Amino acid sequence: MSIKGAPHQDLAHDSAAKHVTGRADYTDDILEPVGTLHAYLGLSEVAHGRITGMDLSEVLAAPGVVGVLTAADIPGANDISPTGTGDDPVFPAETVEFHGQPLFAVVAKSRDAARRAAARARVEIDPLPHVLDPMGAIEAGYPDVTAPLKLERGEVTAGLAGSAHRIRGRMEIGGQDHMYLEGHIAFAMPGEDEDVVVYSSTQHPSEAQHMVAHVLGVPSHSVVINVRRMGGGFGGKETQMNLFAAVAALAAKKWNRPVKLRPDRDQDMIATGKRHDFVADYEVGFDDEGRIEAVEGLFAARCGFSADLSGPVTDRALFHADNAYFYPHVRLRSRPMKTNTVSNTAFRGFGGPQGVIVAERMIEEIAYALGRDPLEIRKANFYRPGGDVTPYHQVVEDNILERIVGELEASSEYQARRQAILDDNAKGGIIRRGIALTPVKFGISFTATWYNQAGALVHVYSDGSIMLNHGGTEMGQGLNIKVAQVVAEAFAVDIDRVKITRTTTEKVPNTSATAASSGSDLNGMAALDACEQIKARLVDFACEKWGVEATEVEFLPGRVKIGAEEIGFDDFIRQAYVARVQLSAAGFYKTPKIHWNRDKGQGRPFYYFAYGAACSEVSVDTLTGEYRLDRVDILHDVGRSLNPAVDRGQVEGGFIQGVGWLTSEELWWDGDGRLRTHAPSTYKIPLASDRPRIFNVALAEWSQNAERTIKRSKAVGEPPFMLGISVFEAISMAVASVADYRECPRLDAPATPERVLMAIERLRTER
Amino acid sequence: MAMVRREIRFLLNDDEMRLTEVGAGDTLLDFLRIGQRLTGTKEGCAEGDCGACTVLVGRLTDDGLHYEPVNACIRFLASLDGCHVVTVEHLRGADGGLHPVQRAMVDHHGSQCGFCTPGIVMALYALWMQTPRPSETEIEIALQGNLCRCTGYAPIVRAALAAADHGGPEGDILMTERASVTAGLKALHDGTRVEVARDGQRAILPADVDDFAAVYAAEPDATVVAGATDVGLWVTKSLRDIGPAIFIGHLDGLQRIEETADGLTIGAGASYSQAEAALIGAFPHLREYWHRIAGWQVRNMGTIGGNIANGSPIGDVPPVLIALGARVVLRHGAVRRELPLEAFFLDYGKQDRAPGEFVETVVVPRANPATLHSAWKISKRRDEDISSVAAGFAVTVADGTISDARIAFGGMAGVPKRAEAAETALIGAPFDAKSFARAAEALPQDFKPLSDWRASAEYRMRVAQNLFQRFWAEHGEAQQAELRRAEA
Repeated sequence: MSIKGAPHQDLAHDSAAKHVTGRADYTDDILEPVGTLHAYLGLSEVAHGRITGMDLSEVLAAPGVVGVLTAADIPGANDISPTGTGDDPVFPAETVEFHGQPLFAVVAKSRDAARRAAARARVEIDPLPHVLDPMGAIEAGYPDVTAPLKLERGEVTAGLAGSAHRIRGRMEIGGQDHMYLEGHIAFAMPGEDEDVVVYSSTQHPSEAQHMVAHVLGVPSHSVVINVRRMGGGFGGKETQMNLFAAVAALAAKKWNRPVKLRPDRDQDMIATGKRHDFVADYEVGFDDEGRIEAVEGLFAARCGFSADLSGPVTDRALFHADNAYFYPHVRLRSRPMKTNTVSNTAFRGFGGPQGVIVAERMIEEIAYALGRDPLEIRKANFYRPGGDVTPYHQVVEDNILERIVGELEASSEYQARRQAILDDNAKGGIIRRGIALTPVKFGISFTATWYNQAGALVHVYSDGSIMLNHGGTEMGQGLNIKVAQVVAEAFAVDIDRVKITRTTTEKVPNTSATAASSGSDLNGMAALDACEQIKARLVDFACEKWGVEATEVEFLPGRVKIGAEEIGFDDFIRQAYVARVQLSAAGFYKTPKIHWNRDKGQGRPFYYFAYGAACSEVSVDTLTGEYRLDRVDILHDVGRSLNPAVDRGQVEGGFIQGVGWLTSEELWWDGDGRLRTHAPSTYKIPLASDRPRIFNVALAEWSQNAERTIKRSKAVGEPPFMLGISVFEAISMAVASVADYRECPRLDAPATPERVLMAIERLRTER
Repeated sequence: MAMVRREIRFLLNDDEMRLTEVGAGDTLLDFLRIGQRLTGTKEGCAEGDCGACTVLVGRLTDDGLHYEPVNACIRFLASLDGCHVVTVEHLRGADGGLHPVQRAMVDHHGSQCGFCTPGIVMALYALWMQTPRPSETEIEIALQGNLCRCTGYAPIVRAALAAADHGGPEGDILMTERASVTAGLKALHDGTRVEVARDGQRAILPADVDDFAAVYAAEPDATVVAGATDVGLWVTKSLRDIGPAIFIGHLDGLQRIEETADGLTIGAGASYSQAEAALIGAFPHLREYWHRIAGWQVRNMGTIGGNIANGSPIGDVPPVLIALGARVVLRHGAVRRELPLEAFFLDYGKQDRAPGEFVETVVVPRANPATLHSAWKISKRRDEDISSVAAGFAVTVADGTISDARIAFGGMAGVPKRAEAAETALIGAPFDAKSFARAAEALPQDFKPLSDWRASAEYRMRVAQNLFQRFWAEHGEAQQAELRRAEA
């Protein structure tokens, strides 16, 4: 007999039944106390300028309005910059830095009244010149929003000069809106003294807590942040909730009433950051066999008006600009450019995908230049013994890509299908097809080493039921169920006995964001530590009471074996309680082995790597640029999966999100700096009909983490996102077919039908 | 004047609602979430594009009680008079537990964050009632109006394929309680005009089409609301007061679709879904095109007349109907006039419609068997997107010569518009590839498209020109292949 819900089993999401019945409560579903007020933001309609007047009298006079909040109403610091750069005001006092920047909030008796009132503001701004894109920013002499990074190894100049072939290129890589289905929201309840409790849709409760405290000018102990679940996060709620939490808390304290702030979808998309767009310039030197000799890369990013997380995001772009390939000589530099746009932020992959796609573009360039199958070039450049040092001087010790790619190449029948496609395309015709098999290697750990810590709180109640709390947040990724599986196994009880409770800064302090794919690695270990502490006390108690050795105490499913005797878990716990055993523990974990010296560009920033590969086939309409994703095969490494069903969901969902980033999801600003794609009517994420009809997704069941992670599993949130690059490269192949693959098409991302058709037309006219 | 009822009546799940304070712009979603605390229905976008707010609305039609998924965010409360609103809270399985669709969604891991899930469940519920064993294509079409950002949809599609394994519609509450709901709805219906208001925002529901004509003639400044898929956004996005508003979505008399010897007469109030069978039956080339108009929920709400009357340059219906030679019948009070559809669109934002006048019917002439038809929509995302370019082609060939050509585009000008220079280039020309290439070359004389976030002017023109090649490839090359086959 074994327990129900042990690790490595397929278990449904713990809230699945609540999701499908509509009984899962999100922040906006929390019952509002009588007297709840509603806040709404007023946004700038100028991209850059000096505020010369803000007349809010009409706002205040509007029906139902209780008051307004501006920079002048902030008792503490007017700053919510997550890394302490001091460049991210709640409301700017003097200078507006992007079109859509929040300038004030209005508080009213209903949300409708607040929205209508906000529109009545008269704000006078003296416009200043603005710059929207990173290349424009460089030309205009705009500063970096944060210090650039350089990664260097070997002799790049000599390496390039000595290469048999050299190719230079540029790729523009678009950003991406998170488009979580639940937008930002904060709901603040004032308490006595300086206290305030904020229900926030956030991936980072501790940061929201600290920011609210900072803005209110009170100690962190006065602020509690709660989050039961989010309707999606994807990085968009790692720092961007700060604004909403702070404004709701400010209003709640000022008027001593509960205050809810929920922007509409348009405000959410206009006023909160997104994935960084990049312009990457690269030069690659290689030999006749396509082996890379040297790489030089410059990654300029649209960071927006403030630093936010742009430092670590642009760093991670460089960390992944090798993807899976060994560069004997390499120099990579970032330019995190300030622009007059919303401040860009974390998004699944955190800059990594923008680095990976450039590596894959270089591979494609080499393959076209040599007339070879890109997969051959990929394989020729994989990290291998003797060529296993990354541009940041970490040795790749756990590489399993050769096996993953080999297995996928066989199971997807890549070679036969590629040949068939080449043959079909050779016949001409309007519809052309393409196929690509691309790998991913993704470094796991926060590159800010101190974030790699976590806490958990586990209580065993005297009836044998267990309460689990940890610092991670649930945004749909199945973190809670995975950690509960770990706890169930630790006590050898059925998982139903483990109650997963909302994340709150009251139970576990100083947590890190649920981000960087690290949720189960960190929190699973912390929870296990708490369980082990309680178990150790229980074993001591058993030894003492029953007069046995510790080795004679064993937790069996639902019971405990003590010497020859077996006793039910509940009974055992009751007896332990009566014997005054502490049945609660705070667990803690910090990731071992990692270190990083940013100034030197050297270290071991990553505990381990997660791997995967995807093979995608597309058909492209060469008259319109429209395309279809016909088939996708994926083999992905999650180590020894804690919950294969949940992990498969992350792989499938991450893949499609990556496809969206590179195909239909386009952010479009007009010349005034106004984002014109700010709702699902104008910003197009994939639909059910965009998914491939043939979608074979497998986990590498033979893989287990070489490092001692929780149950030898691996992180899964971000790595599969980059598998979407296979679709981009397959589209590129179909495009290239119109010029007989003589050149690697210049294709920027996202490859909208328009970009695809224009690339085709370019190749046709160059013919 | 006829009697006026000052109360909106409808059924919400098991309860009868009688509301006297209803404003023209009050939405069903706010009523559910704020008024009734039925929070299973979510707000994702408030513009009918994400489906998180999907509910079913049942209405008595000539064929009996008929349920459709709609977007509660842009569905006005006043428009629900006489309807049965079903929210996710109403679903249950035969054993009182999870409904078959819900069970399948759990078993197949169809939810991750869960926020889109109630809406997806409702869309799949509607599909399951109609088609318990759907094909993948039918599932994709049913989910065109629902976004999920987490799962990548594959597990949701698997759930939809498997739902009927857990039970079919025969035991479902909407089937078993059909008679009582029908009786309940009939009891609500009294054939009177309804007028309600809140904060001075009047909502008027005329008793019938004649009453509508009279009310609108008397209140020509009123907002006419049919499916609300456009007007809904005026309220949720632009915070406009739309009162007084005349709601016409309930007028059966505006939704009649009749096939006559001359062609098809479509009531302006017919939704895209209602018109689908007749239009595709008469014009099979519209099948794929029709399913690329919006998502299922919006196709159930939006109307043919609304898509014309709002004068949008990017409406999907006008280009294809102009190509088919459609005419519109406008009515003011008791006076009717008819004009070619293309003549209705005068300029950007300006139509040939007098105050108080409304589009009553659209007449699509019967297809000439010698005419070749195509309809295309080009958009950034294949489904549920607004077109970059939409096109209707109708080319008549006699003895190897093009005798007539009607080609209309959307997205290429301030109005849906015929490509006259291209048509002229075709008419009288031989039916061959060269003629279509020449017509494409003439297209810049017809259009000077704009650049925006959907597409650049350059792409719009290029793709529109390429469609002439596409037309030849589909019709000409196919015909030649057939000739060759016949010869062989």
